[in-house]
Amino acid sequence: MTAVLESLSSLCLLLGGVLCITGGVGLLRMPDFFSRVHASGVTDTLAAPLLLIGLLLQMEWSLDSVKVILILMLVLATNPTATHAMAKATLHGGQQPLVFDDEESTGGEDTSKP
Amino acid sequence: MIAVAAIVLSDLFAVVMLFGVYSLLTAALFMNLHAVDVAFTEAAVGAGVTTVLMLSSLHLTKRWEAMPRRNPLMGLLVVGITGAALVYAVQDAPLLGDPAAPVHQHVTPRYIEQGEAEVGMPNLVTAVLASYRGYDTFGETVVIFTAGLAVLLLLGIKDDPRLRPGMSAIGDQVVLRLVVKALLPLILLFGLYVQFHGDFGAGGGFQAGVIFATALVLYDLVFGEGSARAVMPPRWLHRLAAIGVLVYGGVGVYSLLAGRPFLDYSVLAHNPVHGQHLGVLLVELGVGIAVFSVVLLIFYAFSGRSRRR
Repeated sequence: MTAVLESLSSLCLLLGGVLCITGGVGLLRMPDFFSRVHASGVTDTLAAPLLLIGLLLQMEWSLDSVKVILILMLVLATNPTATHAMAKATLHGGQQPLVFDDEESTGGEDTSKP
Repeated sequence: MIAVAAIVLSDLFAVVMLFGVYSLLTAALFMNLHAVDVAFTEAAVGAGVTTVLMLSSLHLTKRWEAMPRRNPLMGLLVVGITGAALVYAVQDAPLLGDPAAPVHQHVTPRYIEQGEAEVGMPNLVTAVLASYRGYDTFGETVVIFTAGLAVLLLLGIKDDPRLRPGMSAIGDQVVLRLVVKALLPLILLFGLYVQFHGDFGAGGGFQAGVIFATALVLYDLVFGEGSARAVMPPRWLHRLAAIGVLVYGGVGVYSLLAGRPFLDYSVLAHNPVHGQHLGVLLVELGVGIAVFSVVLLIFYAFSGRSRRR
């Protein structure tokens, strides 16, 4: 049983690490603010919980593991909200997402804002 | 590197974000040095409240840094000389963790060996902070209170008619309101846990006060400016800040009146160890109340204003 748990935990940790790297690459390389915020949202919402689950599988069932579960739930609840708030605030500030249509392209505005 | 970037950039919005990142990294560094209470406080204050307060002050001033108008060479000279003097002085300092260092000789062995027996709590940091060095913590609380006083004297809290409790600045916010409504009681509960659990784990008055204030700041940010004032009016906060400091000082005066030195907790109960427990509890309560009210007062002083007057 422990071999299964160990391999599962290593898989989760590895996957979480890979998603963190892709999130970081996306944060640096995406052309538009909205795609960047989506990339960082993936890091927060998927990679961090996967890392936490990977760590949880390596712990025994104690008060510490309950605390990790609470942290996991908090992260799952707050990070998508933060991403949503950032995107909504940017939309309110006037910056439209960069879309490519067939006939014309309604390009985004000044994309040098962080 | 982050500090260099924060100095070089002239977009102050990005600089505030970098300060938040810097505080978070410093908290991680403190964790690496096994200083959990300090890391907790640094993360709560630096990466949390300070970012919000700096953003509020950015709203009142300009976003882009003004160009310096005088020759920076004199400043560079002063900084260079001071930095060189500091580096020279550090050469004489003992290595980190050296058991023969002077700071590990006199009182520290006594704290470590007899702290748990004398004060009766496993968390040595809280024991040193609140009991052995309680006078210094009293000074810190008064400093926080003075900072709140200074902000009140300089800025004051205005009742802007443009405050709109209940209506957020960016329109209809269903997702945010729902999530924040669900999270706020948890944050407040966590603040209470941190306040009273400082004896046994990381925690104490400073962190708890900041967490409470952050919960109210979150409420104010999401549910419209001025909503927090309906819940916690400024004049209550004026009194609460003073009450926090007075509770701390009151414990000290009580022990003076009982014939012992200032802030000697052993006279508070029938048993010296119970007295220490009670003393630390009251003192941390005073600190928590003072920190909470001052942070919230500073936020109120910044938040009700607008640059466009």
